[in-house]
Amino acid sequence: MEKKPVIEINNIRRDFVVGEEVVHALRGVSFTIGEGEFVTIMGTSGSGKSTLLNILGCLDTPTQGEYLLDGTPVRTMSRSQRAVLRNRKIGFVFQSYNLLAKTTAVENVELPLMYNSSVSGSERRERAIRALQRVGLGDRLNHKSNQMSGGQMQRVAIARALVNDPAVILADEATGNLDTRTSFEILVLFQELHREGRTIIFVTHNPEIAQYSSRNIMLRDGKVREDTVNPHILDAAARLAELPINDD
Amino acid sequence: MNIANLFKIALRAIASNKMRSFLTMLGIIIGVASVITMLAIGQGSKLQIKKNISEMGSNMIMIHPGADRGPGGARMSADDAQSLTLTDFHNIEEQNKYLAAVSPSVSSGGQLIYGNNNYQTSVTGVSRGYLTIRQLKIESGDMFTEADIKCAAKVCVVGKTIVDNLFPEGSDPVGQVVRFNKIPVRVVGVLKSKGYNSMGMDQDNIVLMPYTTVMKRVLAQNYLQSIYASAITEEITDLAIKDVTAILREGHKLREGDDDDFTIRSQEEISSMLTSTMDMLTLLLGAVAGISLVVGGIGIMNIMYVSVTERTREIGLRMSVGARGVDILSQFLIEAIMISVTGGLIGVLLGMGASAAVESVVKWPISVQPWTVMLAFAVCTFTGIFFGWYPAKKAANLDPIEAIRYE
Repeated sequence: MEKKPVIEINNIRRDFVVGEEVVHALRGVSFTIGEGEFVTIMGTSGSGKSTLLNILGCLDTPTQGEYLLDGTPVRTMSRSQRAVLRNRKIGFVFQSYNLLAKTTAVENVELPLMYNSSVSGSERRERAIRALQRVGLGDRLNHKSNQMSGGQMQRVAIARALVNDPAVILADEATGNLDTRTSFEILVLFQELHREGRTIIFVTHNPEIAQYSSRNIMLRDGKVREDTVNPHILDAAARLAELPINDD
Repeated sequence: MNIANLFKIALRAIASNKMRSFLTMLGIIIGVASVITMLAIGQGSKLQIKKNISEMGSNMIMIHPGADRGPGGARMSADDAQSLTLTDFHNIEEQNKYLAAVSPSVSSGGQLIYGNNNYQTSVTGVSRGYLTIRQLKIESGDMFTEADIKCAAKVCVVGKTIVDNLFPEGSDPVGQVVRFNKIPVRVVGVLKSKGYNSMGMDQDNIVLMPYTTVMKRVLAQNYLQSIYASAITEEITDLAIKDVTAILREGHKLREGDDDDFTIRSQEEISSMLTSTMDMLTLLLGAVAGISLVVGGIGIMNIMYVSVTERTREIGLRMSVGARGVDILSQFLIEAIMISVTGGLIGVLLGMGASAAVESVVKWPISVQPWTVMLAFAVCTFTGIFFGWYPAKKAANLDPIEAIRYE
């Protein structure tokens, strides 16, 4: 079955000049990610996965090679054009949540839509509430970020990534700061989003997570080492049920 | 990002650091308040001087004998020069085109006696036009008449200070005979009080007599000490001066190229000299106050830098969810402008309050002009933009990748 490609990268290279030396962070990476895929990108530190994530997230541009996001070529875009593209097509989920301090959940989720002038104030609020309800925080709309647990904060961050209805959700070690049980709760949420047809790219160094995704890309030394489709996707919800309930 | 949202964000940022924002504002508040107060004091003094001068007669033209000489040559007191005569006065009176009134002026010091009271003063011999020129009014009795002038009648009109000193028990001076240097003079009128002028001169210490009386009976001289005139309006004062100069030069038979043997001054000249001094003083006061505004602006810049550094992660996040450089720039710029404009508003109120306090406590004349308020306000908005720009630009140029991972 041929899916509509969301991300197409073709022989991407990214060089950094550090002092006199040129560091090749990416040495020709190519792959295509279709709509509705849940891809984990794995690699040890120094493998180039952060660089690749920055490029996929349009925060950085490749030195060479072409990147099409939802059919749009990114490499030749200006800084502010990429900002607009991020605003419309990408949802970020960070390891350390990055919520605005002293700000309510709804306002945090509204943030991306604030930078989209075609969305009115009332529509913005409505969509933010819907996104929060989707991640199971419908009863905590007006809680401030400092009144929430890590898991709740990450749910708010996921709601924020969903609110602009992006072409792809980019998660960077999204479970890295959470305990095992909460990690699985977040993973369950990602799997649900996957089942709803969302395209998710999950960057991690934790091999366990790959078992819950539909495809796994392994990077090493700036190149794709393995690119495998996962035939037996594990159910995070089932694994969560097996975990002992936290009693603290 | 629309403007309303930017304001909301700025307001929240300011509110979340209330003390810091207030201290930053304080620099602007003090700056603006001092600019307004200083300018109010300067403007107030200037207006006061203008008012005093116009009370003395702003259209007034004074003609003195003797050239306004440069350095060198024997100098004589203008009073000793005898080149200004009654002929000059009559020529001006008959030939002038722009004057409302002309009066000769001769004066003599001496003692004025009534009963057992006396007062050391000076009498001025003038014509009836003098009242118009000096903007004097008769309170009781009458001005002496043309007939009095013709026959050099021994009559006078006196000011309030004279009345207070010679008639301390409050009797009506009109009709009484006083003696000036042994000459008996009948008081025919009393002038309305004008009080002290801005130079501290008592404008009520005045005795007016017909110029003929002073010339013939008091001084026994046939020349004038000065001629006073009044232009029809203030605007044509210069024209009037040219006109009078021409008349006098012709009367004195001065040839082309000869220097004037008289000097003409207008009240307006004196007024503009004094007000230009005040303008300079105002400028000086304003400049000193302006420096404190600049210092306040630097305070804003400092705090905005701290704010940008502190919120690097927030900036990184905003960028990654789609904020463009210009969005971040305007966010921080609006924050800086809001601090400075709020400080400016408080400063305006404080400045007005301080001006009112100066007026009521120190009794200085104060004038808060709308333009000074506008100026102070415009300057502090500009300060906000100017000093907010650089930190805001720094924020806008942050690399989102580094900013979001900033610790």
